[in-house]
Amino acid sequence: MRTRFIVDKSVGYFLMLMALTSILAVFLIGFFTLREGLPAISEIGLGRLLTGSVWRPGLEEFGLVPMIAGSVLVTIGAAILGVPLAIGCAVFLAEIAPRWMSNIVRPAVELLAGIPSVVYGLFGMVVLVPLARKVPVAGNSGFGLLAASAVLAVMILPTITNISEYAIRLVPREYREGSLALGTTRWQTITRVILPSARSGIVAAIILGIGRALGETIAMIMVIGNSVIIPRPLNANPLTIFLSQARTLTGNIAVEINYATGIHESALFATGVILFVLIMLINSSARAIMRERTR
Amino acid sequence: MNAPGSGRSNLGSRRLMQRIAFSLVWAAGSLSVLILLIVVGYIVAKGLSSITWQFITTPPRGGISGEGGISTTIVATLYLVVLTVGIATPLGVGAGIYLVEYAEAMARKSRIIRAVVSTARFGVETLAGVPSIIFGLFGYALFVSSMHLGFSLLAAGLAGACLILPVVIRTTEEALKAVPVSYRNGSLALGATRWQTTQKVVLPAAIPGIMTGIVLSVGRIVSETAIFYVTLGGSYRMPTSLLSGGRTMALHVYYLAMETRAFDKAMGTAAILVISIIIINAVINLFSRKLSARIGA
Repeated sequence: MRTRFIVDKSVGYFLMLMALTSILAVFLIGFFTLREGLPAISEIGLGRLLTGSVWRPGLEEFGLVPMIAGSVLVTIGAAILGVPLAIGCAVFLAEIAPRWMSNIVRPAVELLAGIPSVVYGLFGMVVLVPLARKVPVAGNSGFGLLAASAVLAVMILPTITNISEYAIRLVPREYREGSLALGTTRWQTITRVILPSARSGIVAAIILGIGRALGETIAMIMVIGNSVIIPRPLNANPLTIFLSQARTLTGNIAVEINYATGIHESALFATGVILFVLIMLINSSARAIMRERTR
Repeated sequence: MNAPGSGRSNLGSRRLMQRIAFSLVWAAGSLSVLILLIVVGYIVAKGLSSITWQFITTPPRGGISGEGGISTTIVATLYLVVLTVGIATPLGVGAGIYLVEYAEAMARKSRIIRAVVSTARFGVETLAGVPSIIFGLFGYALFVSSMHLGFSLLAAGLAGACLILPVVIRTTEEALKAVPVSYRNGSLALGATRWQTTQKVVLPAAIPGIMTGIVLSVGRIVSETAIFYVTLGGSYRMPTSLLSGGRTMALHVYYLAMETRAFDKAMGTAAILVISIIIINAVINLFSRKLSARIGA
């Protein structure tokens, strides 16, 4: 009689330890990347790392601006292409799609989330890069921000669609009914009542999508060209900046880590720390926004 | 302009507006399906021709020719799946059980435990958002270098386990939450302890949901490239022990595409990856249907 209560209690504490492995992992990840990155941060300085515009490890120059610009631009490109599509999908699934159609679209979006990034990268290399190369601009290799943004847009679609759809479904029925009873069309109800009430959830979805975009590595290495340059328009048309090659923060780490040594290796870990902190901030702000919504 | 209440006069234009908008939204929904069909269709159609029995059963020959098959990469992938799932499942299921079945009751009694519980929750949420290249860096710093495991299955498996741990925890939580409270109350009222209740009543009902999480994790490991790019070394030889390096199928696609001209082989390997993911998704859907049927009954 008594032993089973002792067993119950000890199992409780044992399971509690297991529940703490995640935070232990987070702590270890933070600790080890920071420990390896610290020499670079103290020797080069966080300021010079973040504002230096030349990355030439052989000459001990470690400026991350080209990679920051690359990551930011490709994320903007992906957001321009992907966000309207993803929110359109969410509205479609939550409000408009007949059952047979959502039975097709929902598994399709799920599968898009499951396709390996290396497969997206390969598809980008053999299909999108040759397509982008057809744009007749001098210096356009096809590899670059445009192809990378298109790949990334598809990769963040499932995240944004799923969370936005969830947010739209949380809008109380009465809002819809009240609006429709006033004689609005369904579309007016969607744009003036439902989307505004789901706004914070949709914003959180977009922020999480951006977080995913900043973290993507392999597919970006395969299509973005990886030149360490600050992307510039290729001619007088400012839009040709998207035909420029670039390198992302994540790609920079992956491409160089296996042969880097000393301060170079440390600088890559420092990049990892910056990325880790940035993405943690992004994700927790998205969670804060969502919590506000459900309260 | 066309605020509700401005009368019937603009009803026509409002309806037209709606028709245009709805077509755009339909287009968005259909486009996502179309994109999927194009990506999957292209990869499978181009890759299918290089998939032969010989391709699957011979090892890659290495070098820049990209010749040979993919047998060793299949083996390395399977080893890593077993290793990561083997590490993450007990920990993740245990953590999930704690967070759903024990946390609330234990936190009610003490403030310290309440803090512990919210720290654990924060850990799961944060870990779920960490990008894979950071897991790779971490694995490289801790397992490959500091612990002297070298580029090995073990180092890669430990880093990969961190990736799927939050997946297992979350799906376990979902699965447990879906079990009706009445099951627990019935068991507790008969005098069973919380652990007896969990073990004999709640867990059996939650098994299909937990299986979903495990299958999902298998998919994540099969798809993962960045972590293994940094921790596995990339050797195309047959792994012989936990400490040998290797390359997974996904990694092989990367090397073929970036370092050789053997795009046909890359396509073939990618096609096998995509087909595995489709099968994995189908299995997940089967499990969740089973789960909802069981809860509905």
